Amino acid sequence: MDQYLSVKNVVKYFGKFQALNNINFDVNEGEFVCILGPSGCGKTTLLRVIAGLESQSEGTIQQNNNDISLLPPDQRDFGIVFQSYALFPNLTVKDNISFGLKTRKQNRNEIDSRVDELLKLVGLSDHINKYSAQLSGGEQQRVALARALAPSPGLLLLDEPLSALDAKVRQHLRLEIKNLQKQLGVTTIMVTHDQEEALTMADRIILMNNGVIEQEGSPQDIYSKPTTAFSANFIGTTNLFKAKKISSNSIEIHGSVLECNDNINDDVSTVTIRPEDIKISNSGEDKNILSGTIKELEFLGSNIRGHIEVNFDSDKAIVLCNIASEYIQNNNIQTNASINISLQPHAIKIVKD
Amino acid sequence: MKKSRDDYLTLFFISIIGFYILISLAFPMYAILSKSFENKDGEFIGLENYQSYFENSSLVYSIYNSLFVSIVTMVITISLAFVFAYALTKSRMAGKGVFRSIAMIPILVPSLLSGISLIYLFGKQGIFRELLMGYEIYGPIGIIIAEVFYTFPHALLIIVTALSIGDARLYEAAKVLRSKSIRTFFTVTLPSAKYGVISAAFVVFTLVITDFGIPKVIGGNYNVLAVDVYKQVIGQQNFEMGAVVSMVLVFPALIAFAVDRIVQRKQVAILTSRSVVHEPNESKTFDRIMFGYCSLISALILTILGMCLYASLVTFWPYNLTLSLKNYQFDLMDGGGWDSYYNSIRMASYTAVFGTIAVFAGAYFVEKARSLKTGRSILHLLSMMPMAIPGLVLGLAYIFFFNHPDNPLNFLYGTMAILVICTITHFYTVSHLTALTSLKQIDNEFEHVSSSLKQPFYKTFFRVTVPISLPAIFEIGIYFFVNAMTTVSAVVFLYSSKTTLASVAVLNMDDAGDIAPAAAMGMMIFYTNAAVRIVYVLITKKILVRFQNWRVKTT
Amino acid sequence: MAKIKNLFLIFTVFIFSSASLMAKTELTVYTAVEAEDLKKYAATFNEDHPDIEINWVRDSTGIITAKLLAEKDNPQADIIWGLAGTSAMLMKSEGMFEPYAPKGLDQLDPKFRDSANPPSWTGMDAWVAAVCVNTIEAEKYGLPMPGSWEDLTNSVYEGHVAMPNPNSSGTGFLDVSSWLQIFGEDGGWDYMDRLHKNISHYTHSGSKPCKQAASGEVPIGVSFAFRGARSKEAGAPIEIIVPAEGVGWEMEATAIIKGTSNLEAAKTLADWSISRKAMEMYNDAYAVVGMPGVAKPVKHFPEGLLEAMIKNDFEYAAKNRKDILAEWQRRYDSKSEPKS
Repeated sequence: MDQYLSVKNVVKYFGKFQALNNINFDVNEGEFVCILGPSGCGKTTLLRVIAGLESQSEGTIQQNNNDISLLPPDQRDFGIVFQSYALFPNLTVKDNISFGLKTRKQNRNEIDSRVDELLKLVGLSDHINKYSAQLSGGEQQRVALARALAPSPGLLLLDEPLSALDAKVRQHLRLEIKNLQKQLGVTTIMVTHDQEEALTMADRIILMNNGVIEQEGSPQDIYSKPTTAFSANFIGTTNLFKAKKISSNSIEIHGSVLECNDNINDDVSTVTIRPEDIKISNSGEDKNILSGTIKELEFLGSNIRGHIEVNFDSDKAIVLCNIASEYIQNNNIQTNASINISLQPHAIKIVKD
Repeated sequence: MKKSRDDYLTLFFISIIGFYILISLAFPMYAILSKSFENKDGEFIGLENYQSYFENSSLVYSIYNSLFVSIVTMVITISLAFVFAYALTKSRMAGKGVFRSIAMIPILVPSLLSGISLIYLFGKQGIFRELLMGYEIYGPIGIIIAEVFYTFPHALLIIVTALSIGDARLYEAAKVLRSKSIRTFFTVTLPSAKYGVISAAFVVFTLVITDFGIPKVIGGNYNVLAVDVYKQVIGQQNFEMGAVVSMVLVFPALIAFAVDRIVQRKQVAILTSRSVVHEPNESKTFDRIMFGYCSLISALILTILGMCLYASLVTFWPYNLTLSLKNYQFDLMDGGGWDSYYNSIRMASYTAVFGTIAVFAGAYFVEKARSLKTGRSILHLLSMMPMAIPGLVLGLAYIFFFNHPDNPLNFLYGTMAILVICTITHFYTVSHLTALTSLKQIDNEFEHVSSSLKQPFYKTFFRVTVPISLPAIFEIGIYFFVNAMTTVSAVVFLYSSKTTLASVAVLNMDDAGDIAPAAAMGMMIFYTNAAVRIVYVLITKKILVRFQNWRVKTT
Repeated sequence: MAKIKNLFLIFTVFIFSSASLMAKTELTVYTAVEAEDLKKYAATFNEDHPDIEINWVRDSTGIITAKLLAEKDNPQADIIWGLAGTSAMLMKSEGMFEPYAPKGLDQLDPKFRDSANPPSWTGMDAWVAAVCVNTIEAEKYGLPMPGSWEDLTNSVYEGHVAMPNPNSSGTGFLDVSSWLQIFGEDGGWDYMDRLHKNISHYTHSGSKPCKQAASGEVPIGVSFAFRGARSKEAGAPIEIIVPAEGVGWEMEATAIIKGTSNLEAAKTLADWSISRKAMEMYNDAYAVVGMPGVAKPVKHFPEGLLEAMIKNDFEYAAKNRKDILAEWQRRYDSKSEPKS
């Protein structure tokens, strides 16, 4: 795949505050990249820098092998969709979509057929003459998407496009946007704070925190192979512990020595263990077995999350652990019950702080 | 970042509007300030003029007089307007719309018309003169009554806004806690309206201390600062001293302006953090009392206006009370005759058209332009300045600046254009704020979307921003028109034989003792402004319904 | 873009079109002549000179004087026609006039011209101070009819007299300067101190006290005879009194402003302003005109008015104008000052 967009060493200051710190990443042609991170992490600033709505303090941006670092937004090639839809309220759906087509000297018929085509694509052909106030939030966002796509931009930027919508509509639109993007093959960058959204939609996730890229990779990699404590904690739920190196395959947590399959390099490190990787253990075959007391049971649907006070060798600590609902019912487990868990060696992952 | 064509255009327009404000405000103000440090021959003499000013006891006494009438008026107007606003927002009395309209009448007439009315009501031949129990209407009493009439709607508008944002949740909480209504008033209503009341108080104070028409007409021998400026310049031909008094007058106006700006900022903070609108509960007794109060105030306002109407139709007050249109034969009077009236209409129309264009475009660039952050802040700052400058001072400053023989803009002096420029500048800030408020409600992303769609900003401006803002644009136009019809202070030094104005004619006819024709001309201004307002309401109802159907949710 | 360009075009056209394009010669004439007479003056002049259009700028004497002085470096007026002689003398000393000897200058009473040759200004007519008393109001308040200036200081008139402020009104100034001449400097100020106690208010315009007396707003107005006559004609219940000590008077003058771009037309008007036809026109309202032998008695004018006119020292008045006004201002400008 060809490299389409390349962000190199981008730094952005607002006064003395550094919003972006040496950002580097590439986007391939046709790829769907999500910039994910908590609010204030700099992801929106990054998107605005790519769009030219903010100018970077340092660094360059290349699009399609052209340096666009210094171009104003109207000389860059992108379409953008905002959280607020930003539909022109006094224009009809049709006029909104054709807004970007008019100066391109296309004749009326061409414009009309392009509008029809786009409306069909987003499934709103019946609403062509309506105003935005007459559409639902989801419909408005689809019109905004059609408007951004109308001039066939090389790059589609989505700034929290689903955040203002209801949960149901949001889930539905996620799939729709993803399919549309695949169908059109348009290179897309979406900014979101919603990890679920990023995990379900993106080909690749760029995880940001405090103005830097924490980790970059496919949704699977980000989830199962977090490289930093922040990644592990931000995506999904996890248990984090300080660990001491004992040998090349064992570590010590709260005084208990545990076997670990990950590469142990440093003397002291942080480890992450996902709650779903912790096993309720009644057999002696499992490794790293610890005893504990159930302090709380949290209903999650098919699973129940146990907050277990684990008796480590030197002191006690709470460990989160997913338990199948069935198991809880069958064994009539209640709070304050004693339980044994296994922190399986392959589930213990060493991450950077 | 490279500049796009949009950026250059933005820079171009920001510079034009900024330059306009510099020429029409900053340079003239510099001219008047430096004049106050010069002698007759234009030599710099430091503070000598100021020294002789403060040695002249009668002039200094005007400072006391000005403060006195301004503060007393402020207290009375705010008290009356607060109760009126309270009735409009917190009661369920009938006729709110009618009361509101009546309360707005004083905005439609020149301030001095109320003074003229008071002469007919309480003067030596006044129909209610006994009510004054021997006191003179000419002097502080007359000034204060007339100023209260003039400032009432200005205070009312601000306080109504402040009271309407009172959070309903607080009222509900108070009710749940079984708080007595008096206690609710002091713990909930008053604190949330506090900033509005303070702001209104300073607006009233500034209006009164800078007003020149009313003390001129009904002040008798009670001298105030604004009239001193006029007398120094017109009567004593002492332009340097006029400049000094102007600077003295600018001082309290500047302070009031600063306080108002600070308070407004806090008010805005309250506004944005709250959303739930309070619906008043029904209380028959309370509603009846409020209805009675509003009827009384409305009756007083209508009496003052009605007296002028009657006086303008009486042939020879008080000796021949047959009705005639004799007083409308303006061509036989001072002030420029009927031409003045037509000039005023032309001036007001130009002001409305060009003022609205300048203000709206200026506000658009301040609020919406993508680039030139510094330029936009400077433009905003410049746009706020006119509010701090009293009209009379601005007009005098124009003489010094535009009539200077070395000024290339000298050709403007004595033309209609200079009247329009002065009036636009004098009323610039309020219009600018109206435009800003309206523009702030429009999504900022519109500009980003259109630049991503490779559309020039002016396309978005004309196709989206302007249509959305039409109500605000009309509002600004009407504001300019009405104020251009009624203003005296901004133009009294600047009109020429070909550009005499109706509002100045009222002043001049009163000056010459032709007070019935002065009342008649004042009524002409009222009829015109009222007609324009009514036409505006009808047109906006029709046009807005037709062209703004997108506002209506139909599904 | 086209729209924006159009707006600019309109704006430019608007600015320049306001700076007037002239077809026939337009003269900007500054005057203090009573407003109701301006149409008649222009029409009578146009009977002889239809090619010259008059643009009036009218205001009270003090205001017109101030305006002219303000515009000294950039004059807006072409000519003054009907402004107080003392103001004209003041402006002459500022070098603001174009000296010109109008045709028929020799027909003029020597008192009615600038003594220099050629003169900077020529006189038209004179207006004379008088006191207007509203008989109905006087009776109501039980006021006796005053016969002299001295009578007006009687405490019975306290709060019942209005007079013009000399700072803005030419009539006010002629009153003050005549009292200073009648009673002497000290006596004059002493008289005004005593009169001040009875003054209800000082007006900005010279005709206003009489108009107010006519409408009963004040019983007695110190004004000028012609105004009183007009109000009487309009049906006001007033009596015009000529004070026994004599009355001040002031002439009205014509003068061409130096640097006018319409010098020929201005000269034409200056010529006409001292013609016999003009003098007859002035005489409709003014009992004294600049050309001897023209004046006929004016309706409603009080008897003995002309005889009561004092021998007015205009030089004195013009030279001391500034000081007199400053002193007056210091003494009387604010009646509301603390009495202590």
